Amino acid sequence: MCAKQVKKVQAEVPTTGHSWDGIEEYDNPMPRWWVWVFYLSILFAIGYSIAYPAWPLIHGATRGFLGQNTRADVDAEIKRFDDANAAIKAKLVAAPLDQIAQDDELKQYALRAGASVFKNNCAQCHGAGAAGVQGKGYPNLLDNDWLWGGTVDDIHTTVTHGIRNTTDADARYSEMPKFGVDALLEPAQIGDVVEYVLQISGQDHDAAKATAGAQLFADNCAACHGPEGKGDRAQGAPNLTDAIWLYGGDRDTITHTVTYARFGVMPNWNERLSEDEIRAVATYVHSLGGGE
Amino acid sequence: MQVNATRRSGADRVQDRNSQTAGASPVSTPDTNPPSLYVAREPIFPKRVKGNFRTLKWWLMAAMLGVYYITPWLRWDRGPALPDQAVLLDLANRRFFFFMIEIWPQEFYFVAGLLIMAGLGLFLFTSAAGRVWCGYACPQTVWTDLYILVERWVEGDRNARIRLFRQKWDAEKIRKSAIKWTLWLLIGLATGGAWIFYFTDAPTLARDLVTGNAHPIAYTTMFILTATTFAFGGFAREQICIYACPWPRIQAAMMDEDTLTIGYREWRGEPRGKPGVAGNGDCIDCMACVNVCPMGIDIRNGQQLACITCGLCIDACDEMMDKVGKPRGLISYLALTDETRERAGQPPKSVWKHVFRARTVLYTALWASVGVGLVVALFLRSPIDVNITPVRNPEFVVLSDGSIRNSYDLRLRNKYGQDHWFAFSATTDRGETFVLSLEGEDSLKVRVPANETSTQRLFITAPAGTIGATADRSEIRLWVQDLGAVDGTAAVPGRDRVHKDTVFNGKAN
Repeated sequence: MCAKQVKKVQAEVPTTGHSWDGIEEYDNPMPRWWVWVFYLSILFAIGYSIAYPAWPLIHGATRGFLGQNTRADVDAEIKRFDDANAAIKAKLVAAPLDQIAQDDELKQYALRAGASVFKNNCAQCHGAGAAGVQGKGYPNLLDNDWLWGGTVDDIHTTVTHGIRNTTDADARYSEMPKFGVDALLEPAQIGDVVEYVLQISGQDHDAAKATAGAQLFADNCAACHGPEGKGDRAQGAPNLTDAIWLYGGDRDTITHTVTYARFGVMPNWNERLSEDEIRAVATYVHSLGGGE
Repeated sequence: MQVNATRRSGADRVQDRNSQTAGASPVSTPDTNPPSLYVAREPIFPKRVKGNFRTLKWWLMAAMLGVYYITPWLRWDRGPALPDQAVLLDLANRRFFFFMIEIWPQEFYFVAGLLIMAGLGLFLFTSAAGRVWCGYACPQTVWTDLYILVERWVEGDRNARIRLFRQKWDAEKIRKSAIKWTLWLLIGLATGGAWIFYFTDAPTLARDLVTGNAHPIAYTTMFILTATTFAFGGFAREQICIYACPWPRIQAAMMDEDTLTIGYREWRGEPRGKPGVAGNGDCIDCMACVNVCPMGIDIRNGQQLACITCGLCIDACDEMMDKVGKPRGLISYLALTDETRERAGQPPKSVWKHVFRARTVLYTALWASVGVGLVVALFLRSPIDVNITPVRNPEFVVLSDGSIRNSYDLRLRNKYGQDHWFAFSATTDRGETFVLSLEGEDSLKVRVPANETSTQRLFITAPAGTIGATADRSEIRLWVQDLGAVDGTAAVPGRDRVHKDTVFNGKAN
């Protein structure tokens, strides 16, 4: 019966009139459900464009009768999370810095919030993995060598006020003399002192020149870098005897550093981040492996 | 179906007349309306039947609905930290509890294995006995059966229901329909209600549902399931099987000529007619098999897609054969190969021979091997586990004394109901020296909370100048030892030890 019916339909339905290589198309009616869905879609679209923001006008779009506004939704959503976090943020601000890691709840919050703050604000210079940029003066925050100190307190101060910036009077500040440019040392003397630095950092060096450089170092460099070249965190003077070099530890780079000096700058974040954010990011950086 | 066929042939006649009025031309007339592609549903009024299959179906219905409605209320003590519901799909906490078994998301292969078993089981049952799933176990069949039972209880048996169907909408019809629909809705509500109890603690949810405190998703799910149960069981019924379900097509394709299915012994029954008249077969054309059919088909037309093999026509026919004093089995389970044998006057092959064929034995073997594999995997899995992700940004860190440090993010899983201590150690093949330390911990032990996955950062350091520090990479095996529970009251000694292999990057990397 079924086959018979199909045959009948084929015999009686007109074609669309098109013919492609002799293949013609029947002009069957649309399935009824399809037509109804189509009409309902049109009705829905009309209703939707009345109820929701839809039609573009010169200064924005129609508002819609339901008054729905995605920006307000986003604001409300952000406020919801801010409200939810308000208590723990207050707790974070109130806690002594070295006690944050002792409170598990506070620590978990600080690490997650800090990671997010770090990726938004710090990763541009220090890298998403906090490894800095090797040899370019952006410190690696993962190692255990710190210019200005690696306790949570030290990191907090550094983030809050920054380094060598002109926007915060409390910024950490120090300046290395330009020994070559300002003719404080002769080029030959610079060569000697570089050999001495290579010697104390355990690298290949010219022993005769290094001996000459030792006195020059004591006279010119030890004031900041210490008599043994171990640096001084109070003024951000790097330890010259370890394996970590902010700008590079080879002969050429050290010569360049002594001749022209270095002046790395970090912005103060107290104007851009809230206290709880600074505390969170300090806790996060401290947890990365180098924290003291 | 009988009515249906008559009506269609009536429509055909109209078509023929139209063709004739168009004149002698055999060419189609464009102004003729094409026949509608839509056929309105013919209502079906299945008659009550008694017999072995009906009894079996009552018991199966009671057992399956019982399991479905009662299971969420079974309790199973797992200690204070875990829910005490025997069967619980805890989506919020990502756990699946089934009595003594607890499945974590990463053990979802157990569910995949069960699905494979379900698939092979489908092959097995279909090749052995055709559409048994459709006829006895499918929720659509079971709930429709229940709804028809309610309908019969309210409105009476087949003839009374047909009368009521044709009746005007008077007080009696309104009253009966209202009662019927109310009962259907209550069943639907219980169905949707039972479903959501599988996903959260049943007694708590039941209280929240009544007091209006349950999650909107609970109400929505309940509403949707109530609506679908009501619509599918009450009104759509056989149309779901015929039009909406892909299973009949698949199942039919998996049957072969030795598969048991329900058939009419046409060679014995035909020609139909009054009993006792010479030349007539055993079928007395009483339509009992058609009247009881919930699908509204005539089994005497042979194998057909709409037949769910529920067995009710067998009961109806056997009852009739008993009455007229003929042997039972005019309609019964038989295989297509039996037809040739029976036509030749031989006895049919026994049921066991039909069922135990190479094909079904192979399916059983495959099905059982997957099952055994799953059970073995279930007993071999460790209650602790570790995943290790090396931090690759940066690949390594040089420390001030020149040693090389790598960082690893660990995921520690403690599937016990108490907090456990985990201890760490590492072994290497080349004898490299490595120093392990845990972030925020003084020792190489860490406390992992009960029934949780916790994260922990691990630092591995190769002292300056050692092979590990200078080589480009070293293979390293991290061991995690369970030190036991720490809840103070009942210390469970830990004995499990798991390991994961990873890589340490040295300076040459």
